[in-house]
Amino acid sequence: MEIMENISKIQAFSSEFKETPLCFPATTIADAKNTLFHLDFPTTKTEFWKYTRLAKLAQLRLHQEKIRENEQVEAPLTDNGIVRITNGYITSFSKEIAGLTITPFSKCSEQQLSLIGKKADLTQNIFLALNTLYSQEGLFIEVEENTQIEGVFQLLFHAHGENCFAPFRVFIHLKKGSSFKLIQQFTASGEHLFSLPIVEYLIEENAHISCDKLQMENASSFLLCEDYSIQKRNSTVLLNTFSISGAWVRNNSSFLIEGENCETNLNGAYLLKDLQHLDNHTIVDHIAPHCNSNELYKGILSGKATGVFNGKVFVRPNAQKISAFQSNANVLLSDDASVNSKPELEIYANDVKCSHGSTTGQLDEDAVFYLRARGLSEKSARSLITQAFISEVVDKVERKEVRDFIKNKLVKLHDWTN
Amino acid sequence: MINIVNLHAEVEEKKILKGLNLNVKAGEIHAIMGPNGSGKSTLASILAGKEDYTVTAGNVEFDGKDLLELSTEDRARQGLFLAFQYPIEIPGVSNVNFLKSALNEIREYRGEEPISAKEFLALVKEKSALVELDSKLASRSVNEGFSGGEKKRNEIFQMAMLNPKLAILDETDSGLDIDALRIVANGVNKLRSPKNAAIIITHYQRLLDYIIPDFVHVLYDGKIVKSGGKELALELEEKGYDWIKEELASKAD
Repeated sequence: MEIMENISKIQAFSSEFKETPLCFPATTIADAKNTLFHLDFPTTKTEFWKYTRLAKLAQLRLHQEKIRENEQVEAPLTDNGIVRITNGYITSFSKEIAGLTITPFSKCSEQQLSLIGKKADLTQNIFLALNTLYSQEGLFIEVEENTQIEGVFQLLFHAHGENCFAPFRVFIHLKKGSSFKLIQQFTASGEHLFSLPIVEYLIEENAHISCDKLQMENASSFLLCEDYSIQKRNSTVLLNTFSISGAWVRNNSSFLIEGENCETNLNGAYLLKDLQHLDNHTIVDHIAPHCNSNELYKGILSGKATGVFNGKVFVRPNAQKISAFQSNANVLLSDDASVNSKPELEIYANDVKCSHGSTTGQLDEDAVFYLRARGLSEKSARSLITQAFISEVVDKVERKEVRDFIKNKLVKLHDWTN
Repeated sequence: MINIVNLHAEVEEKKILKGLNLNVKAGEIHAIMGPNGSGKSTLASILAGKEDYTVTAGNVEFDGKDLLELSTEDRARQGLFLAFQYPIEIPGVSNVNFLKSALNEIREYRGEEPISAKEFLALVKEKSALVELDSKLASRSVNEGFSGGEKKRNEIFQMAMLNPKLAILDETDSGLDIDALRIVANGVNKLRSPKNAAIIITHYQRLLDYIIPDFVHVLYDGKIVKSGGKELALELEEKGYDWIKEELASKAD
């Protein structure tokens, strides 16, 4: 007789998944298994998941399906190095780029593999455990010392099919004095897809990374992105996250700033309609002194969409002379849209400059009237003000072609007048 | 140009306009003066189409059309312009870009071709010079970080760009120093023509030293209670409004 009633939701959820063939350290695999054995899907009683329900995801019965063709729905923005990943499998590989080494996990050295997951604690996080235990492939990206990679490199993540689970792991290592620009695109075609890409960044001394994440999945997809970044001294990180479409999106971004004189900029924009749900969780952990961090997240919600912002900044006892700013602003365009915003600061040092703020309101009707009184239609007036609100974040993107891509995408999706 | 007949309006069940009559013909400038709370700004807002007010009686004919039936934007497209008492700051919306869109929507409404980029730039250059508005200011976000005087000059700049048939200036002089006042008045005077008209709502006579009105009206308690030539403004400046109130009271007796 089967004893079905004794298995947890997470065990039922992962019953069809294939264990990773990758040679992670045995202790890592054991830890992941242990987590999935002892923990279950968190409920809204867990602070970290208070406003994001996992019930619908937990009910899905997913499997992993290898697809080798390119089914991707979005064209790449440049042709300067592209890796396509479909359903968690690498489907096309980048051309050679001087100074950049891209190695599938299956061909990584033991030393490289030992770096993975070092600062990502999977004993408390079922999604990190799922990703570690079930990722079939992964990518190790290494930028040589003192090398500035020209142009933008792209990772195109795509989920395709029905009821597919797409975990994938990336490790990006920027060696001393290097710089790297990256776009990550997330798309989906099909029904009930769950993408779980996790990206780790090790940013060595005096290295610089900028990364634009474009989340554009579909009306039945689930996307959970986790980012773990470690910064050494004099390094800079810029992460821009644009949540453009997708039924359910959760971003967990964690930034550990270990070295002095670092700069960390996180920006996000989300435009949600219908029943979309988006949750941005960020952690910025200042361990070293003389660093700056800035967070700017802005959202526009209509229909019955729900949004969450939870940003946590830690300033540890030795981290003096820190400037840390955090801002979240939301506009609700309908009565049924809602947002939960919680900026948090935990400061243990005494000589720091920190601030945080959160605003949620409606579109400024006086501004709408003002523009209409000049001859603009109501629709033009509203779309102009809405675009202006979000453009503060879009303008943080360094490259014009990416800014234009985002703007055009939003204009089309939200029927804005251009 | 505009004919306002027996206009009654209220906001949140408070009666503000109580039978206002005003007829403005092309080529004329009318000044409306009156004490605080007499309904001056309400009149301006109603004419521009602000929805906070309810018109309970009366009608307004603008250039042969029933003005009250038109949406705010269609009033603007028909050639009505309101210079706001408190111009709104709109972060992120570029002043010139929105004006270009507005101008083109107005042109489309009238069945005209859109303005070319070259023509538009020339127009911006010409009209910003008219009100001595720095061209950098003209291209910044709408009114964001502008001083009080810059905001008012921007209103007149927008007016010049849109070239309306009827301009309503709602206390455009308030908060202006004497130089800004001269610049604003100069802008208005240069736009004056036999084909267009203006209603100037003001609290003080001093603007009327620069813009000479054809008629001066006193608005009190929701009605125009006295009309006259430009000398009426001087009389008001000298004697205040009390004598008018007394005159009305004695009539009522």
